[in-house]
Amino acid sequence: MRTIECDVVVVGAGPGGSMAAKYCAQGGLDTVMIEKKHEIGAPLRCAEGVSKKWLAEVGIEPDPVWIRADMVGAVIKSPSGYAFKLDESKAGSEVGYVLERHLFDKALARDAVKAGARIMMRTYCTDVIREAGKLVGIRAKSMGEPMEIRAKCIVAADGFESQVGRWAGIDTKLALNDLCSCLQYRMVNCDADMEYCEFIIGRSVAPGGYLWIFPKGGGIANVGIGIMGTMAKSGEAKTYLDKFISDDPRFKKSQAVETVGGFVSTCPGLDCAVDDNIILVGDAARIIDPITGGGICHACRTGMYAGQVLTECAKKGDFSKGALMPYEKMWRDRMEDKLYRNWMAKERLAELDDETIDELVRLISTSDIKEVNVYNLLKVIKEKFPKVVEGFEDLI
Amino acid sequence: MKVFHMIVDVDRCLHCGGCVGSCPVNAIFLNDFILEFSDRCNRCGRCVKLCPVQALSLEAGA
Repeated sequence: MRTIECDVVVVGAGPGGSMAAKYCAQGGLDTVMIEKKHEIGAPLRCAEGVSKKWLAEVGIEPDPVWIRADMVGAVIKSPSGYAFKLDESKAGSEVGYVLERHLFDKALARDAVKAGARIMMRTYCTDVIREAGKLVGIRAKSMGEPMEIRAKCIVAADGFESQVGRWAGIDTKLALNDLCSCLQYRMVNCDADMEYCEFIIGRSVAPGGYLWIFPKGGGIANVGIGIMGTMAKSGEAKTYLDKFISDDPRFKKSQAVETVGGFVSTCPGLDCAVDDNIILVGDAARIIDPITGGGICHACRTGMYAGQVLTECAKKGDFSKGALMPYEKMWRDRMEDKLYRNWMAKERLAELDDETIDELVRLISTSDIKEVNVYNLLKVIKEKFPKVVEGFEDLI
Repeated sequence: MKVFHMIVDVDRCLHCGGCVGSCPVNAIFLNDFILEFSDRCNRCGRCVKLCPVQALSLEAGA
Protein backbone atom coordinates (compact mmCIF):
# COMPACT_ATOMS: atom_id res chain seq x y z
CA MET A 1 0.00 0.00 0.00
CA ARG A 2 1.13 3.51 -0.83
CA THR A 3 2.24 5.49 2.19
CA ILE A 4 2.93 9.19 2.50
CA GLU A 5 4.82 10.67 5.43
CA CYS A 6 4.33 14.27 6.45
CA ASP A 7 4.18 16.53 9.50
CA VAL A 8 0.53 17.48 9.27
CA VAL A 9 -2.35 15.98 7.31
CA VAL A 10 -5.34 18.28 6.82
CA VAL A 11 -8.62 16.54 5.99
CA GLY A 12 -10.82 18.81 3.89
CA ALA A 13 -9.93 21.78 1.69
CA GLY A 14 -12.62 24.24 2.77
CA PRO A 15 -11.70 27.58 4.33
CA GLY A 16 -10.73 25.99 7.67
CA GLY A 17 -8.53 23.36 6.05
CA SER A 18 -6.82 25.75 3.66
CA MET A 19 -6.09 28.28 6.41
CA ALA A 20 -4.66 25.56 8.63
CA ALA A 21 -2.58 24.20 5.73
CA LYS A 22 -1.33 27.68 4.86
CA TYR A 23 -0.20 28.53 8.38
CA CYS A 24 1.32 25.07 8.92
CA ALA A 25 3.27 25.27 5.67
CA GLN A 26 4.31 28.84 6.44
CA GLY A 27 5.65 27.59 9.74
CA GLY A 28 7.86 25.15 7.89
CA LEU A 29 5.78 22.03 8.40
CA ASP A 30 5.48 19.41 5.68
CA THR A 31 1.73 19.71 5.06
CA VAL A 32 -0.60 17.51 3.02
CA MET A 33 -4.23 18.58 2.53
CA ILE A 34 -6.71 16.10 1.09
CA GLU A 35 -10.05 16.90 -0.55
CA LYS A 36 -12.78 14.32 -1.06
CA LYS A 37 -14.47 16.07 -3.92
CA HIS A 38 -13.28 16.66 -7.46
CA GLU A 39 -13.40 20.42 -7.09
CA ILE A 40 -12.52 22.67 -4.17
CA GLY A 41 -15.41 24.97 -3.27
CA ALA A 42 -18.03 23.03 -5.22
CA PRO A 43 -20.74 21.90 -5.07
CA LEU A 44 -21.88 24.84 -2.98
CA ARG A 45 -23.10 24.24 0.57
CA CYS A 46 -23.35 27.80 1.74
CA ALA A 47 -25.49 30.95 1.63
CA GLU A 48 -22.28 32.90 0.85
CA GLY A 49 -22.95 35.91 3.07
CA VAL A 50 -20.05 37.13 5.22
CA SER A 51 -19.18 40.20 7.23
CA LYS A 52 -16.08 42.18 6.34
CA LYS A 53 -14.34 42.90 9.61
CA TRP A 54 -12.70 39.54 10.23
CA LEU A 55 -10.89 39.23 6.89
CA ALA A 56 -7.99 41.43 8.00
CA GLU A 57 -7.79 39.51 11.29
CA VAL A 58 -6.96 36.29 9.44
CA GLY A 59 -4.77 37.91 6.80
CA ILE A 60 -7.13 37.64 3.83
CA GLU A 61 -7.05 40.53 1.38
CA PRO A 62 -10.52 41.21 -0.13
CA ASP A 63 -10.37 40.27 -3.80
CA PRO A 64 -12.96 41.14 -6.47
CA VAL A 65 -12.35 37.67 -7.89
CA TRP A 66 -14.43 36.11 -5.10
CA ILE A 67 -16.56 39.05 -3.94
CA ARG A 68 -19.75 38.77 -5.92
CA ALA A 69 -21.71 41.60 -4.28
CA ASP A 70 -21.09 44.32 -1.74
CA MET A 71 -24.04 44.78 0.61
CA VAL A 72 -25.15 48.19 1.85
CA GLY A 73 -27.35 46.84 4.59
CA ALA A 74 -29.73 44.24 5.89
CA VAL A 75 -33.47 43.82 6.28
CA ILE A 76 -35.03 41.78 9.05
CA LYS A 77 -38.64 40.82 8.47
CA SER A 78 -41.31 39.31 10.67
CA PRO A 79 -43.97 36.86 9.43
CA SER A 80 -46.60 39.63 9.03
CA GLY A 81 -44.20 41.80 7.10
CA TYR A 82 -42.87 44.18 9.75
CA ALA A 83 -39.47 45.13 8.47
CA PHE A 84 -36.40 46.57 10.02
CA LYS A 85 -34.14 48.02 7.38
CA LEU A 86 -30.60 48.96 8.20
CA ASP A 87 -28.94 51.25 5.74
CA GLU A 88 -25.28 51.81 5.02
CA SER A 89 -24.71 54.02 8.06
CA LYS A 90 -25.98 51.23 10.29
CA ALA A 91 -24.60 48.32 8.34
CA GLY A 92 -22.46 46.52 10.84
CA SER A 93 -20.50 43.38 11.21
CA GLU A 94 -23.31 40.97 10.30
CA VAL A 95 -23.61 42.24 6.74
CA GLY A 96 -20.91 42.67 4.22
CA TYR A 97 -20.08 40.68 1.14
CA VAL A 98 -21.85 37.96 -0.74
CA LEU A 99 -19.13 35.65 -1.98
CA GLU A 100 -18.52 33.26 -4.81
CA ARG A 101 -17.55 30.39 -2.58
CA HIS A 102 -16.19 28.22 -5.38
CA LEU A 103 -13.66 30.99 -6.12
CA PHE A 104 -13.07 32.00 -2.49
CA ASP A 105 -12.22 28.44 -1.46
CA LYS A 106 -9.87 28.02 -4.40
CA ALA A 107 -8.15 31.30 -3.56
CA LEU A 108 -7.51 30.11 0.00
CA ALA A 109 -6.28 26.76 -1.31
CA ARG A 110 -3.93 28.64 -3.63
CA ASP A 111 -2.57 30.58 -0.64
CA ALA A 112 -1.93 27.26 1.12
CA VAL A 113 -0.09 25.98 -1.93
CA LYS A 114 1.93 29.21 -2.18
CA ALA A 115 3.00 28.65 1.40
CA GLY A 116 4.17 25.16 0.43
CA ALA A 117 1.28 22.80 1.18
CA ARG A 118 0.52 19.82 -1.04
CA ILE A 119 -3.05 19.09 -2.10
CA MET A 120 -4.45 15.67 -3.02
CA MET A 121 -7.78 15.89 -4.83
CA ARG A 122 -10.42 13.16 -4.94
CA THR A 123 -8.88 11.76 -1.79
CA TYR A 124 -10.99 10.97 1.21
CA CYS A 125 -10.29 9.80 4.72
CA THR A 126 -11.78 6.43 5.69
CA ASP A 127 -10.38 6.11 9.21
CA VAL A 128 -7.61 7.21 11.52
CA ILE A 129 -4.57 5.03 12.22
CA ARG A 130 -3.76 4.21 15.81
CA GLU A 131 -0.56 2.45 16.84
CA ALA A 132 0.06 1.55 20.47
CA GLY A 133 -2.86 3.83 21.32
CA LYS A 134 -1.36 6.80 19.53
CA LEU A 135 -2.80 8.54 16.47
CA VAL A 136 -0.19 8.32 13.73
CA GLY A 137 -2.17 9.38 10.65
CA ILE A 138 -5.14 8.52 8.51
CA ARG A 139 -6.29 5.85 6.11
CA ALA A 140 -7.46 7.32 2.83
CA LYS A 141 -8.58 6.47 -0.65
CA SER A 142 -7.05 8.51 -3.43
CA MET A 143 -8.69 8.09 -6.82
CA GLY A 144 -9.91 4.77 -5.51
CA GLU A 145 -6.49 3.62 -4.31
CA PRO A 146 -6.27 2.78 -0.59
CA MET A 147 -3.34 4.51 1.10
CA GLU A 148 -1.97 5.70 4.40
CA ILE A 149 -0.97 9.24 5.21
CA ARG A 150 1.24 9.24 8.28
CA ALA A 151 1.54 12.49 10.17
CA LYS A 152 2.52 13.90 13.54
CA CYS A 153 -0.82 15.65 13.76
CA ILE A 154 -4.20 15.46 12.01
CA VAL A 155 -6.22 18.59 11.32
CA ALA A 156 -9.86 17.55 10.97
CA ALA A 157 -11.41 20.14 8.68
CA ASP A 158 -14.07 17.82 7.31
CA GLY A 159 -16.91 20.25 7.83
CA PHE A 160 -20.37 19.50 9.16
CA GLU A 161 -19.92 15.76 8.53
CA SER A 162 -17.20 15.85 11.20
CA GLN A 163 -16.33 12.16 11.05
CA VAL A 164 -12.56 12.30 11.47
CA GLY A 165 -12.93 13.58 15.02
CA ARG A 166 -15.39 10.81 15.82
CA TRP A 167 -13.07 8.16 14.42
CA ALA A 168 -10.42 9.62 16.72
CA GLY A 169 -12.73 9.32 19.71
CA ILE A 170 -13.91 12.92 20.00
CA ASP A 171 -17.65 13.21 20.46
CA THR A 172 -18.94 15.57 17.75
CA LYS A 173 -22.53 14.35 18.08
CA LEU A 174 -25.18 17.06 18.11
CA ALA A 175 -28.44 17.39 20.00
CA LEU A 176 -31.48 17.74 17.76
CA ASN A 177 -32.04 21.36 18.83
CA ASP A 178 -28.47 22.17 17.80
CA LEU A 179 -28.99 20.96 14.25
CA CYS A 180 -30.43 22.99 11.42
CA SER A 181 -31.62 21.41 8.18
CA CYS A 182 -31.17 23.76 5.23
CA LEU A 183 -32.09 24.07 1.60
CA GLN A 184 -31.25 26.85 -0.82
CA TYR A 185 -31.94 27.76 -4.42
CA ARG A 186 -29.94 30.11 -6.55
CA MET A 187 -32.76 32.11 -8.09
CA VAL A 188 -32.26 34.00 -11.33
CA ASN A 189 -34.35 36.78 -12.86
CA CYS A 190 -35.81 37.78 -9.50
CA ASP A 191 -36.86 41.24 -8.31
CA ALA A 192 -35.17 41.07 -4.91
CA ASP A 193 -33.27 44.15 -3.73
CA MET A 194 -29.71 43.59 -4.89
CA GLU A 195 -28.11 45.69 -2.15
CA TYR A 196 -29.65 44.27 1.01
CA CYS A 197 -29.42 40.87 2.64
CA GLU A 198 -32.84 39.86 3.89
CA PHE A 199 -33.59 37.70 6.91
CA ILE A 200 -37.15 36.54 7.58
CA ILE A 201 -37.84 35.04 10.98
CA GLY A 202 -40.92 33.41 12.50
CA ARG A 203 -42.27 29.95 13.08
CA SER A 204 -44.70 30.00 10.15
CA VAL A 205 -41.89 30.92 7.73
CA ALA A 206 -38.92 28.92 9.04
CA PRO A 207 -39.58 26.93 12.25
CA GLY A 208 -36.74 27.58 14.71
CA GLY A 209 -34.53 29.06 12.02
CA TYR A 210 -34.82 31.72 9.35
CA LEU A 211 -35.25 32.26 5.67
CA TRP A 212 -32.68 34.29 3.78
CA ILE A 213 -32.34 36.18 0.54
CA PHE A 214 -28.71 37.00 -0.20
CA PRO A 215 -28.41 38.89 -3.49
CA LYS A 216 -25.59 38.27 -5.92
CA GLY A 217 -26.31 41.07 -8.39
CA GLY A 218 -27.95 40.99 -11.80
CA GLY A 219 -31.26 39.60 -10.52
CA ILE A 220 -29.57 36.59 -8.93
CA ALA A 221 -30.02 35.67 -5.27
CA ASN A 222 -29.37 32.80 -2.89
CA VAL A 223 -32.75 32.09 -1.35
CA GLY A 224 -32.64 29.54 1.41
CA ILE A 225 -34.13 28.25 4.61
CA GLY A 226 -32.92 26.65 7.81
CA ILE A 227 -35.24 24.68 10.10
CA MET A 228 -34.34 23.63 13.64
CA GLY A 229 -33.97 19.87 14.04
CA THR A 230 -36.56 19.58 16.79
CA MET A 231 -39.17 21.23 14.57
CA ALA A 232 -38.23 19.54 11.28
CA LYS A 233 -40.12 16.87 9.42
CA SER A 234 -38.80 14.97 6.43
CA GLY A 235 -38.65 17.18 3.36
CA GLU A 236 -40.06 20.18 5.18
CA ALA A 237 -37.22 22.56 4.34
CA LYS A 238 -38.21 22.15 0.70
CA THR A 239 -41.93 22.50 1.42
CA TYR A 240 -41.46 25.77 3.34
CA LEU A 241 -38.97 27.22 0.87
CA ASP A 242 -41.07 26.34 -2.18
CA LYS A 243 -44.12 27.90 -0.57
CA PHE A 244 -42.26 31.11 0.25
CA ILE A 245 -40.94 31.44 -3.28
CA SER A 246 -44.28 30.76 -4.94
CA ASP A 247 -46.06 33.28 -2.66
CA ASP A 248 -43.52 36.10 -3.00
CA PRO A 249 -44.15 38.30 -6.07
CA ARG A 250 -40.41 39.03 -6.35
CA PHE A 251 -39.91 35.49 -7.59
CA LYS A 252 -42.87 35.35 -9.95
CA LYS A 253 -40.69 35.31 -13.07
CA SER A 254 -37.75 33.69 -11.36
CA GLN A 255 -36.36 30.17 -11.66
CA ALA A 256 -33.83 28.18 -9.67
CA VAL A 257 -30.57 27.33 -11.41
CA GLU A 258 -28.97 25.55 -8.47
CA THR A 259 -30.28 23.49 -5.54
CA VAL A 260 -28.15 23.32 -2.44
CA GLY A 261 -28.71 21.12 0.58
CA GLY A 262 -26.73 21.40 3.77
CA PHE A 263 -26.87 21.40 7.54
CA VAL A 264 -25.41 23.69 10.14
CA SER A 265 -24.73 23.03 13.77
CA THR A 266 -26.07 25.65 16.16
CA CYS A 267 -24.34 24.66 19.41
CA PRO A 268 -21.66 26.78 21.12
CA GLY A 269 -18.78 24.58 19.90
CA LEU A 270 -17.28 21.28 21.06
CA ASP A 271 -16.39 20.79 24.73
CA CYS A 272 -12.81 20.32 23.59
CA ALA A 273 -11.59 20.55 20.01
CA VAL A 274 -8.19 18.92 20.53
CA ASP A 275 -6.83 15.59 21.65
CA ASP A 276 -3.43 13.92 21.35
CA ASN A 277 -2.25 14.42 17.75
CA ILE A 278 -5.51 15.88 16.44
CA ILE A 279 -7.12 19.33 16.12
CA LEU A 280 -10.64 20.01 14.89
CA VAL A 281 -11.34 23.30 13.11
CA GLY A 282 -14.38 25.18 11.80
CA ASP A 283 -17.63 23.31 11.22
CA ALA A 284 -15.92 20.05 12.21
CA ALA A 285 -15.37 21.55 15.67
CA ARG A 286 -18.98 22.81 15.61
CA ILE A 287 -17.65 26.36 15.85
CA ILE A 288 -20.42 28.24 14.04
CA ASP A 289 -22.46 31.25 15.04
CA PRO A 290 -25.58 29.55 16.44
CA ILE A 291 -27.87 32.43 15.44
CA THR A 292 -26.74 33.26 11.94
CA GLY A 293 -25.35 29.85 11.04
CA GLY A 294 -22.34 31.70 9.67
CA GLY A 295 -19.18 29.65 9.84
CA ILE A 296 -16.67 30.93 7.30
CA CYS A 297 -14.98 33.45 9.59
CA HIS A 298 -14.91 30.90 12.42
CA ALA A 299 -13.35 28.32 10.13
CA CYS A 300 -10.72 30.78 8.93
CA ARG A 301 -9.88 31.89 12.46
CA THR A 302 -9.65 28.38 13.88
CA GLY A 303 -7.70 27.18 10.83
CA MET A 304 -5.20 29.99 11.36
CA TYR A 305 -4.95 29.32 15.11
CA ALA A 306 -4.41 25.61 14.41
CA GLY A 307 -1.57 26.37 11.99
CA GLN A 308 0.05 28.79 14.42
CA VAL A 309 -0.17 26.38 17.35
CA LEU A 310 1.12 23.43 15.29
CA THR A 311 4.08 25.54 14.18
CA GLU A 312 4.96 26.05 17.84
CA CYS A 313 4.37 22.37 18.65
CA ALA A 314 6.76 21.34 15.87
CA LYS A 315 9.58 23.30 17.51
CA LYS A 316 9.35 21.06 20.56
CA GLY A 317 8.25 17.97 18.67
CA ASP A 318 5.28 17.68 21.03
CA PHE A 319 1.79 17.25 19.55
CA SER A 320 0.12 15.92 22.67
CA LYS A 321 -3.22 17.25 23.85
CA GLY A 322 -1.45 19.39 26.42
CA ALA A 323 0.79 20.91 23.75
CA LEU A 324 -2.23 21.62 21.54
CA MET A 325 -4.27 23.26 24.30
CA PRO A 326 -3.14 26.81 23.36
CA TYR A 327 -5.39 26.33 20.30
CA GLU A 328 -8.32 25.63 22.59
CA LYS A 329 -7.53 28.77 24.57
CA MET A 330 -7.18 30.91 21.44
CA TRP A 331 -10.56 30.10 19.93
CA ARG A 332 -12.33 30.29 23.28
CA ASP A 333 -10.77 33.66 24.15
CA ARG A 334 -11.81 35.03 20.78
CA MET A 335 -15.27 33.49 20.34
CA GLU A 336 -16.63 31.49 23.25
CA ASP A 337 -18.69 34.22 24.96
CA LYS A 338 -20.33 35.25 21.72
CA LEU A 339 -21.03 31.66 20.68
CA TYR A 340 -22.62 30.92 24.04
CA ARG A 341 -24.65 34.13 24.06
CA ASN A 342 -25.94 33.54 20.53
CA TRP A 343 -26.71 29.90 21.37
CA MET A 344 -28.85 31.01 24.31
CA ALA A 345 -30.54 33.64 22.14
CA LYS A 346 -31.23 31.06 19.42
CA GLU A 347 -32.87 28.74 21.95
CA ARG A 348 -35.13 31.55 23.21
CA LEU A 349 -36.03 33.00 19.81
CA ALA A 350 -37.05 29.54 18.61
CA GLU A 351 -39.67 29.43 21.35
CA LEU A 352 -41.41 32.63 20.25
CA ASP A 353 -44.63 32.52 18.25
CA ASP A 354 -45.27 34.64 15.16
CA GLU A 355 -47.15 37.36 17.05
CA THR A 356 -44.25 37.90 19.45
CA ILE A 357 -41.76 37.99 16.57
CA ASP A 358 -43.97 40.60 14.85
CA GLU A 359 -43.92 42.71 18.00
CA LEU A 360 -40.18 42.21 18.43
CA VAL A 361 -39.32 43.32 14.89
CA ARG A 362 -41.73 46.26 15.18
CA LEU A 363 -40.01 47.40 18.37
CA ILE A 364 -36.55 46.96 16.92
CA SER A 365 -37.55 49.03 13.90
CA THR A 366 -38.44 51.94 16.18
CA SER A 367 -35.21 51.71 18.14
CA ASP A 368 -32.08 53.67 17.44
CA ILE A 369 -29.51 51.03 16.60
CA LYS A 370 -26.22 52.52 15.49
CA GLU A 371 -24.87 49.41 13.89
CA VAL A 372 -26.60 46.16 13.04
CA ASN A 373 -25.17 43.08 14.60
CA VAL A 374 -26.55 40.32 16.78
CA TYR A 375 -25.16 42.02 19.89
CA ASN A 376 -26.97 45.32 19.29
CA LEU A 377 -30.21 43.53 18.38
CA LEU A 378 -30.00 41.55 21.60
CA LYS A 379 -29.44 44.77 23.53
CA VAL A 380 -32.74 46.13 22.20
CA ILE A 381 -34.44 42.83 23.01
CA LYS A 382 -32.98 42.96 26.52
CA GLU A 383 -34.42 46.43 26.99
CA LYS A 384 -37.86 45.77 25.51
CA PHE A 385 -38.32 42.00 25.90
CA PRO A 386 -36.26 41.14 28.99
CA LYS A 387 -37.90 37.71 29.27
CA VAL A 388 -36.30 36.56 26.02
CA VAL A 389 -32.78 37.05 27.37
CA GLU A 390 -33.42 35.87 30.93
CA GLY A 391 -30.52 33.82 32.23
CA PHE A 392 -27.86 35.25 29.97
CA GLU A 393 -28.48 38.99 30.28
CA ASP A 394 -24.99 39.55 31.70
CA LEU A 395 -23.52 38.43 28.37
CA ILE A 396 -25.34 41.27 26.62
CA MET B 1 -40.08 -8.94 14.47
CA LYS B 2 -40.14 -6.37 11.72
CA VAL B 3 -36.80 -5.36 10.25
CA PHE B 4 -36.43 -1.85 8.90
CA HIS B 5 -34.05 -0.83 6.17
CA MET B 6 -32.78 2.59 5.20
CA ILE B 7 -33.87 3.53 1.73
CA VAL B 8 -32.01 6.27 -0.13
CA ASP B 9 -33.91 7.85 -2.99
CA VAL B 10 -30.93 8.55 -5.23
CA ASP B 11 -33.09 10.68 -7.51
CA ARG B 12 -33.80 13.11 -4.65
CA CYS B 13 -30.53 13.03 -2.65
CA LEU B 14 -28.46 16.24 -2.99
CA HIS B 15 -25.32 14.64 -1.47
CA CYS B 16 -25.25 17.45 1.08
CA GLY B 17 -23.89 15.26 3.88
CA GLY B 18 -26.37 16.59 6.40
CA CYS B 19 -27.44 13.11 7.46
CA VAL B 20 -23.77 12.12 7.89
CA GLY B 21 -23.00 14.86 10.38
CA SER B 22 -26.27 14.48 12.27
CA CYS B 23 -26.14 10.68 12.65
CA PRO B 24 -25.85 9.97 16.39
CA VAL B 25 -23.94 6.70 15.81
CA ASN B 26 -21.75 7.80 12.89
CA ALA B 27 -23.26 5.12 10.66
CA ILE B 28 -23.49 7.06 7.41
CA PHE B 29 -20.68 7.74 4.96
CA LEU B 30 -20.88 9.96 1.92
CA ASN B 31 -18.35 9.10 -0.73
CA ASP B 32 -19.00 12.26 -2.72
CA PHE B 33 -22.08 10.94 -4.49
CA ILE B 34 -22.83 7.63 -2.80
CA LEU B 35 -24.49 7.45 0.58
CA GLU B 36 -23.58 4.32 2.53
CA PHE B 37 -25.13 3.06 5.76
CA SER B 38 -23.04 0.82 8.03
CA ASP B 39 -24.20 -1.94 10.37
CA ARG B 40 -24.05 0.56 13.21
CA CYS B 41 -27.29 2.15 11.93
CA ASN B 42 -29.96 1.53 14.56
CA ARG B 43 -32.81 2.91 12.44
CA CYS B 44 -33.41 5.81 14.83
CA GLY B 45 -34.88 7.80 11.95
CA ARG B 46 -33.14 11.08 12.73
CA CYS B 47 -31.74 11.37 9.21
CA VAL B 48 -35.19 10.68 7.76
CA LYS B 49 -36.71 13.46 9.85
CA LEU B 50 -33.98 15.98 8.99
CA CYS B 51 -33.46 15.40 5.27
CA PRO B 52 -34.38 18.68 3.56
CA VAL B 53 -35.65 16.96 0.42
CA GLN B 54 -37.21 13.75 1.77
CA ALA B 55 -34.60 11.50 0.15
CA LEU B 56 -34.43 9.05 3.05
CA SER B 57 -37.00 6.63 4.40
CA LEU B 58 -37.29 3.56 6.56
CA GLU B 59 -39.00 0.62 4.97
CA ALA B 60 -40.15 -2.59 6.54
CA GLY B 61 -38.49 -5.58 4.93
CA ALA B 62 -37.90 -9.27 5.47
